[in-house]
Amino acid sequence: MASTIHVDIVSAEGEIFSGEASMVFAPAVMGEIGIAPRHAPLLTTLNPGEVRVQTPAGEEHFFFVSGGALEIQPHVVTVLADTALRAHDLDEAAALQAKQRAEEALRDRTGKIELAEAQAELARAMAQIRAIEKLRKIKQ
Amino acid sequence: MPGVKEIRIKIASFKSTQKITKAMEMVAASKMRKAQDRMRATRPYSEKIRRVIGHLRHANPDFRHPYLVEREPKSVGFIIITTDRGLAGGLNVNLFKTALAQLREWQDRGAEVSLCLIGAKGVQFFRRLGNVKTLATVTHLGDRPHVADLIGTVKVMLDLYKEGKIDRLFLVHNVFVNTMSQKPVVRQLLPVVTEDEDKLQKHWDYIYEPSAADLLDGLLMRYIESQVYQGAVENVACEMAARMVAMKAATDNAGKLIEELQLIYNKARQAAITKEISEIVGGAAAV
Repeated sequence: MASTIHVDIVSAEGEIFSGEASMVFAPAVMGEIGIAPRHAPLLTTLNPGEVRVQTPAGEEHFFFVSGGALEIQPHVVTVLADTALRAHDLDEAAALQAKQRAEEALRDRTGKIELAEAQAELARAMAQIRAIEKLRKIKQ
Repeated sequence: MPGVKEIRIKIASFKSTQKITKAMEMVAASKMRKAQDRMRATRPYSEKIRRVIGHLRHANPDFRHPYLVEREPKSVGFIIITTDRGLAGGLNVNLFKTALAQLREWQDRGAEVSLCLIGAKGVQFFRRLGNVKTLATVTHLGDRPHVADLIGTVKVMLDLYKEGKIDRLFLVHNVFVNTMSQKPVVRQLLPVVTEDEDKLQKHWDYIYEPSAADLLDGLLMRYIESQVYQGAVENVACEMAARMVAMKAATDNAGKLIEELQLIYNKARQAAITKEISEIVGGAAAV
């Protein structure tokens, strides 16, 4: 029985895989790499692609990752998978959107948020008035 | 004495309200359980990423990433996570109190404060407040927030930190203690505080592909995102727990009111009957 290496594949939203493997393949940024047990410590980023895990029993598991980081220690491989597709431009666009939303929310003083809020407040006030009136009637 | 019919209508309306609050309570209970599972699922990632960052820092003690360097705090940033909807008891109010106390403290020290708001309630509150600047917002994440929705908002703050426009970044959110209690906390995100450094005493280093600096940059960014994501998920669990408790109280109150009204109703009915009988008797006596 050949030696094995422990593999953890995790993403920010949850654990994806954890178990022993005889061989792991991952799409590193400099090209696909194969990791056998007792690999030298290595740290690299991942490209979007497929992580293949070969178990000692001869099964093969496939996981798609949209990027992330890979850490190798002699007996442990950790794949920190991204859940979202990352690229500099995409991140930049998302940041811009967040800023715009903030500006809109601030500028939009009479906009829909305010309106919804006012309506809710009105409904609450009316309910209060109704309740008070009814209570008065009962007490009389 | 109000009419018998009026009271009956009122009882019916209370009963229908009670049904709604009861349903909301049960929905919140089941959503809370799911949110708690998601909360647990986020832990392995941040633990592992933290460990890798610890290794990296240990292996390169002379390399200083801006995210790790302490600066004179002239301007601070807050990421505040609130819920999108109300009817969750005092959850958001308590959080705002804690956040405001912190904001005041920094403002008194002469630091400029800027905000990043997650959740519609926070946006409403701080717009009404109006004396702090809000740089980024994201609302309506739903019951299952995704990391992808938070990337942009977090990046705005990270970029500001990199440019030196803010010197410290805090995260304000609710911590799920148990179903009955949720506690607002303020945690420092930047500069990153790593406590468990001295445990690693081995002398070895990684092979880096590409450079250590690039890797550390990417990892730190993901680490902070995962912290914010964790906060958002935990806040959902808190929201559901708080709503469950609030709705339970509302249901109980409705029950009490119905009981009281029922008593008044019975009395009124009785009075009406007595009155009718005495009228009949009076009428018969007259004949």
